[in-house]
Amino acid sequence: MEQHITIDGVIVPFKPGETIMQAASAANIYIPHLCHHPEFKPHGSCKLCTVNVNGRNCSACTFPAEFGQQVLNQTDELNKLRLRIIQMLFVEGNHLCPACEKSGNCKLQATAYQLGMLDSHFPHFYKAHEVDSSHPDLMLDRNRCIFCTLCVRASRDVDGKEIFEISGRGINKHLVVNSPSGKLHDSGMEMDDRAADICPTGALLVKRQGFSVPIGKRTFDNHEISEDLDEQ
Amino acid sequence: MSSKIRVATTSLAGCFGCHMSFLDIDERFADLVELVEFNRSPITDIKECAESDIGLVEGGVCNAENVHVLREFRNKCKILVAVGACAINGGLPAMRNHLPLQACLDAVYLDGTGVTNPQIPNDPELPLLLEQVHPIHEIVNIDYSLPGCPPSADVFWKFLTDLIAGREPTLPAELVHYD
Repeated sequence: MEQHITIDGVIVPFKPGETIMQAASAANIYIPHLCHHPEFKPHGSCKLCTVNVNGRNCSACTFPAEFGQQVLNQTDELNKLRLRIIQMLFVEGNHLCPACEKSGNCKLQATAYQLGMLDSHFPHFYKAHEVDSSHPDLMLDRNRCIFCTLCVRASRDVDGKEIFEISGRGINKHLVVNSPSGKLHDSGMEMDDRAADICPTGALLVKRQGFSVPIGKRTFDNHEISEDLDEQ
Repeated sequence: MSSKIRVATTSLAGCFGCHMSFLDIDERFADLVELVEFNRSPITDIKECAESDIGLVEGGVCNAENVHVLREFRNKCKILVAVGACAINGGLPAMRNHLPLQACLDAVYLDGTGVTNPQIPNDPELPLLLEQVHPIHEIVNIDYSLPGCPPSADVFWKFLTDLIAGREPTLPAELVHYD
């Protein structure tokens, strides 16, 4: 017999071992997320994919689907919770969209649009973070890092290089580079590594590609991130 | 007293780009002034804000005068609106928040390229700079925010026509952008 859960009342089949996020994605149901990526083992840190499973809030990207689960996803309460979470990401970093070449192609920005974010709500920290432009082909701007660890996972699991890791706690948490200098230039990282283009924000960028697509034609200029399930 | 809805506008630590974008409603301005009258605004050059229905504030807060004007707007305007990225999150002026204020002044007025007779301006009429640039919601309560750098003319038009018609203002997805 086919196994299924319900998401917002819709019957969604799943295969044994799948997470709620995997089942939802296969059924073309959007659950907001930033640290989840279908190619990688889930990390469960951004909490944007929080759903209500049989009355309890859980991360859809890590929670296994089980027969008969009643999952709530697109509720006013959950989306307000997600809005506050993404506003916290904005005030903890320094996300100046008008000056960022990722703008228009940024999943943090697009998810904030999706959640209807019009203001920051919280006071901004304006914590200065180190920018590493030492690499000839790559740029690391920690002001835009949201600690999703996708670069950590891509470098470790696909590139086999283990170049990135998260270090420190609280507002001092930051991305560290595994190299003699602590900079990217002697890390062995290359621009065609999987880790080089996995960043959902503008924290890790390939140089000399910025602003190549005009405003109005960028990824999220004309459609919402919820319509883009295949690329997530 | 006129029965028109009174609108006040100001630019604090902004570039006037939001005001320019507002003016981009073009011929619709003729329709707008049938319904509203402008109080304190760069458009009228009135210097003191009288009691108003809607206050549009562009820019963040970077100096003591910005704080004064922002509080005046909050006191006089029934509905106060943060207009544009700088009012909402400090915007590009807030990029100086990572640097000591003295280092910024030195870089611009003493060590800058092409500076002659280097001196940091200290006329008593100049408002004192704050140590950091702040979004306006950190100083006063804000009723609505219009994101964008700048918000497009259509954002202004949609927001104001909603409000004037007595509707709760909403922005469709295509009008919401942060750049």
